[in-house]
Amino acid sequence: MATIILFAPLIGAIICGFGWRLIGEKAGQVITTALVFLAAALSWQIFLTFDGETQHITLLRWIESGTMGSEWAIRLDRLTAIMLVVVNSVSALVHLYSFGYMAHDDNWHEGEHYKARFFAYLSFFTFSMLMLVTSDNLVQMFFGWEGVGVASYLLIGFYYRKASANAAAMKAFIVNRVGDFGFALGIFALFYLTDSIRFDDVFAAAPALAETNLTFLWSDWNAANLVGVLLFIGAMGKSAQLFLHTWLPDAMEGPTPVSALIHAATMVTAGVFLVCRMSPLYEYAPQATAFITILGACTAFVAATIGLVQNDIKRVIAYSTMSQLGYMFVAAGVGVYSVAMFHLFTHAFFKAMLFLGAGSVIHATHHEQDMRNYGGLRKQIPLTFYAMLIGTLAITGVGIPLTHYGFAGFLSKDAVIESAWVGSSFAFGLLVVAACFTSFYSWRLMFLTFFGESRAHGHGHDSHGHGHDAHGHDDHGHGHHEPHESPMVMLIPLGVLALGAIFSGMLWYKVFFGEETAVRDWFGMEQVAHGEAHGETAAHGTETAVTEAAPAATTEAAPVATETASAATAATEAAPAETTAPATTEAAPAETATTEAAPAEGTAVATEAAPAEPTATEAAQAEGHAAAEVHAAGVAPKGALLMLPFTPEEQAVVDTRLDADKAAKAEHAPTTIINAAHLVPTWVKVSPFIAMLIGFAVAWLFYIRDPSLPRRLAAQQRPLYLFLLNKWYFDELYDVIFVRPAKWLGGFLWKRGDGNVIDGSINGVAMGIIPFFTRLAGRAQSGYLFHYAFAMVLGLVALVTWMTLFGGAK
Amino acid sequence: MENQLLSIITFLPLVAAIILALFMRGDDAAARQGAKWLALFTTTATFVISLFILFRFDPSNTGFQFVEERQWILGLSYKMGVDGISILFVMLTTFLMPITIWSCWGVETRVKEYMIAFLVLETLMLGVFCALDLVLFYLFFEAGLIPMFLIIGIWGGKDRIYAAFKFFLYTFLGSVLMLVAMIAMYLDAGTTDIVKLLAHDFGHETFSLLGFQVVGGLQTMLFLAFFASFAVKMPMWPVHTWLPDAHVQAPTAGSVVLAAILLKMGGYGFLRFSLPMFPVGSDVMAPLVLWMSAIAIVYTSLVALAQTDMKKLIAYSSVAHMGYVTMGIFAANQQGVDGAIFQMLSHGFISGALFLCVGVIYDRMHTREIDAYGGLVNRMPAYALVFMFFTMANVGLPGTSGFVGEFLTLMGIFQVNTWVAAVAATGVILSAGYALWLYRRVVFGDLIKEALKSITDMDRREKAIFAPLIAMTLILGVYPSLVTDIIGPSVEALVTDYQAAQPADGLALNEGHSE
Repeated sequence: MATIILFAPLIGAIICGFGWRLIGEKAGQVITTALVFLAAALSWQIFLTFDGETQHITLLRWIESGTMGSEWAIRLDRLTAIMLVVVNSVSALVHLYSFGYMAHDDNWHEGEHYKARFFAYLSFFTFSMLMLVTSDNLVQMFFGWEGVGVASYLLIGFYYRKASANAAAMKAFIVNRVGDFGFALGIFALFYLTDSIRFDDVFAAAPALAETNLTFLWSDWNAANLVGVLLFIGAMGKSAQLFLHTWLPDAMEGPTPVSALIHAATMVTAGVFLVCRMSPLYEYAPQATAFITILGACTAFVAATIGLVQNDIKRVIAYSTMSQLGYMFVAAGVGVYSVAMFHLFTHAFFKAMLFLGAGSVIHATHHEQDMRNYGGLRKQIPLTFYAMLIGTLAITGVGIPLTHYGFAGFLSKDAVIESAWVGSSFAFGLLVVAACFTSFYSWRLMFLTFFGESRAHGHGHDSHGHGHDAHGHDDHGHGHHEPHESPMVMLIPLGVLALGAIFSGMLWYKVFFGEETAVRDWFGMEQVAHGEAHGETAAHGTETAVTEAAPAATTEAAPVATETASAATAATEAAPAETTAPATTEAAPAETATTEAAPAEGTAVATEAAPAEPTATEAAQAEGHAAAEVHAAGVAPKGALLMLPFTPEEQAVVDTRLDADKAAKAEHAPTTIINAAHLVPTWVKVSPFIAMLIGFAVAWLFYIRDPSLPRRLAAQQRPLYLFLLNKWYFDELYDVIFVRPAKWLGGFLWKRGDGNVIDGSINGVAMGIIPFFTRLAGRAQSGYLFHYAFAMVLGLVALVTWMTLFGGAK
Repeated sequence: MENQLLSIITFLPLVAAIILALFMRGDDAAARQGAKWLALFTTTATFVISLFILFRFDPSNTGFQFVEERQWILGLSYKMGVDGISILFVMLTTFLMPITIWSCWGVETRVKEYMIAFLVLETLMLGVFCALDLVLFYLFFEAGLIPMFLIIGIWGGKDRIYAAFKFFLYTFLGSVLMLVAMIAMYLDAGTTDIVKLLAHDFGHETFSLLGFQVVGGLQTMLFLAFFASFAVKMPMWPVHTWLPDAHVQAPTAGSVVLAAILLKMGGYGFLRFSLPMFPVGSDVMAPLVLWMSAIAIVYTSLVALAQTDMKKLIAYSSVAHMGYVTMGIFAANQQGVDGAIFQMLSHGFISGALFLCVGVIYDRMHTREIDAYGGLVNRMPAYALVFMFFTMANVGLPGTSGFVGEFLTLMGIFQVNTWVAAVAATGVILSAGYALWLYRRVVFGDLIKEALKSITDMDRREKAIFAPLIAMTLILGVYPSLVTDIIGPSVEALVTDYQAAQPADGLALNEGHSE
């Protein structure tokens, strides 16, 4: 069934893309849409009936070289199941929506065919995304990763006559390649360390990686942290995190359904998915996750600040997406991967809906995207208005505080913020401020678009002179037609997504962020024993005793005692000095200290082994395990995620942050972050709600109560305003430090390097020789220069023959 | 019969060339057509026979197969054979030649001679990959220059003489050194039989020459001499500057053969001679080669960004891609060498196709200036699709063959030197830059240039030429085991022997490349 889901969109893309001349555009559109709906239906079936057991389905061999092996394969676990639902549902609805949205497009001349191409691209994107989320190894993931990049490139540049669209498409691809650069290096490092790129092998080796050092570039690094950061660089590109985010706003050049599907709900969440997928590794990479947390929080904040002042409706939502992705990364960074997935899941619904709603507005106003030219649309397009309203309520996080009743964003975003409090107060602070900003810009969007007087023909348009590209093509637009409600094919997807935006949070709260047992059960993770007094190392020992599968031990590394909590602890403690094994010289990474040599031979559960961590490490080192065995040293943890308990150091910090009363009364000790997050002080829990109210109030004040206020404020704080309006000048900065130097350097190397230095010396020779040849050639009366060269080569051949003979005679 | 198959495919094109030269008279349309058809028929027949060889080839046998040995003139022996490393180069050549011939259907000047040049060239190229005797190899290797030289010099663009001479001079200088090295090898081993030379132990004791300590001794000297020739052929930075000029001046079909097959001779030479015969010398020089490769990738990618001529841009991109090849080879591990061979094959399809893409519009507009184009997608959708496909393959998109080679070579080098790996991996960013920029300027945008308004899309012949290239690029991208199954065992043997040949205690002054 998973195979059908995977290939249905590809088949649709091929039929529609290549066959539409035979079957007609309409048939092509219908076929792609039907196939994606089929995939979506099957995905829901898997999602609702999945039992948590990881399945592997191998399809075909892929790249194999020596010990490097990879297959085209499907890994079906809870994480995949979630992503299947997200990708296929949104994709199916976007396909349907596009029937209406793409029906007429002023970017194309009469009689031009573009719809089949559009649908084929959409389906191709869906296929690539599915390859990404179903992959069972890192290389196939990389295939999907780059595949969605190409689909994104093609769709952003869909209006290929527009220079701005082409530029945006290129930018998206190239910036993503910067991320892919890191991702690829991460894969190479993992292969080097574990001799495999299959997820299970990598996961099994993760505890050992935490105690391995790797020489990379100028320094020695802890292997797990290094790999974690490298892979995260890939995620930064795809998920538009700070420093690699500049492509996302520009990507709004693509048609709006594309923005909804690719640049909101699915592709941009691939980075979050990657981090969650690699959670068994990240759990052993504390510095990498700290980096993720900080960067995610900064992204959430920066994007929200920029979103405050943007005027293009799609760009506002784009920055909002970027900001929400930051939230997801914070969740993943502090270790609640299930919450990251939760926010990803709910966000897909409400953000896709906001985009499709924005598309409906744009459609209604004949491709007007500047919010300053909207106003009062509430009455003209009421259904769109209600949809957008629901989306706004969801994203701003409206709900009843301290209960589990609210819109989707209320539950998932608050879960992120509460977890952030436990993991990092810095991230918490930024996220709460960002939540306030989110509320402000979301309501600003609503007020500017749907409330007030219509500014469609008024002052707004010309006085700002901020014409953007859509205008140029819009030759039958303003003034002639009243805004009109969109057709049903566009409203139905909005309605379905609205259901998701309202209910998806409440329905799945328990399994993403409820009791720890429920979450672990749902993701197929091992249950952990609770009840021991927390704070003792021994207690932690029992909790993670993962897997009884060990004795089945595939390998000669027999006493596989699996990763105990002590392993985790040792991991964080292992100073570089201790683990000397600087996996440098030989082809194989040298003796990585595997943890399994712990005292607990044979027994899978090393409960009592607790206090002995450092010695265990040393013992393992003494044994000097060969590199190839690293991957055999453990067994991949069960389930789709890995969430380890706190180390004693972490526990000490966490305990100070929790509400003491709640913690004392708690049924489960807050030894894992998911438990701890439920025990945060009440003010922490209500803070996002309050931030949301403040944002709403300010927006109301600015855009309903006193609409002249924003302009006055902007004039008063002009530098700040320009700073935000110009997106913190990232584009300008990159242009100066990367783009222009690269071009200049290219020209310089060509003219000076190749031209003067290399050719200069060659030409000196050549110019001396060629006239000489010419004279000779003239004497030889052949008239053709190359005849001489011909003769010369023949002479050379004769020479070697003679030399050989001469040598032979000796 | 079976043992002569290699000779048959090697000399079949030559026979056709002789027939053309001797019996084809006149220069009317019928004669021109006849010459083309004969060439197409011959190269196709060669390909069919080579397929037979491929099916009978046993990958698990790491030795030479289809070996044919006989006494030849003047006491030299004629010896042919293929192993897992060379067989696919033979296939690449026989596969691409019919496509190349078909692509020059539109040529109308000196058609007979043109066809003869390509047929002779095919014989010589196949000879290079099949020869198992040093002298024979050298003959094929050097003689291969002649037809290429003529193709550029006669059918090339307006600066063809300069380009042809530059090409000639570069390769000639390298060849002289290789010649000396070959004589030295003969004196040391007493044979020119490549099989025996592979088993021969060339000395690697450090000696002093003109006051320099030559680490790796004779092996290093021999390595350097061969290196001079192969590095130019690859071409490696900084001896690459002949390639862009040669490509720009060469006719389309000439560029295709040059990029797709001739460049592979250098890589093949490294794998056939340098690595297995001079393992210690190779190891001594590997850091240098690796850094030259990494620089090549970054340097030529940057230069490609600055180009205004389509062919030059693709030529520079070729140099960058060859950088991955040398890097993979001198990583000297399974992934690296597998990747290098894969990259060479893949580059054969992709760069060949890219030059054909340029040819398609050059035939219509007679200019290669990027600025002369723009908005072609509006009138040439099929062309836009094909060009897009190969642009993506060129930037190493997973799912195309371009990815596998790049990925494996980088994976190989990472295990050896992370600095080189990181520098070289920036090539994936830069390649996206120049390739997409080229595509955007040529294909995307509105069609506003008056001259382009009546441009026509590809005709059936042109589409048919691309079809097999697209198929191979995709098939190898999705199922690379087709290649790695064949080369794997031979590469494994090569790599194992290479590692085993390194002196256990390391060499004095040898810092190695084990960073």
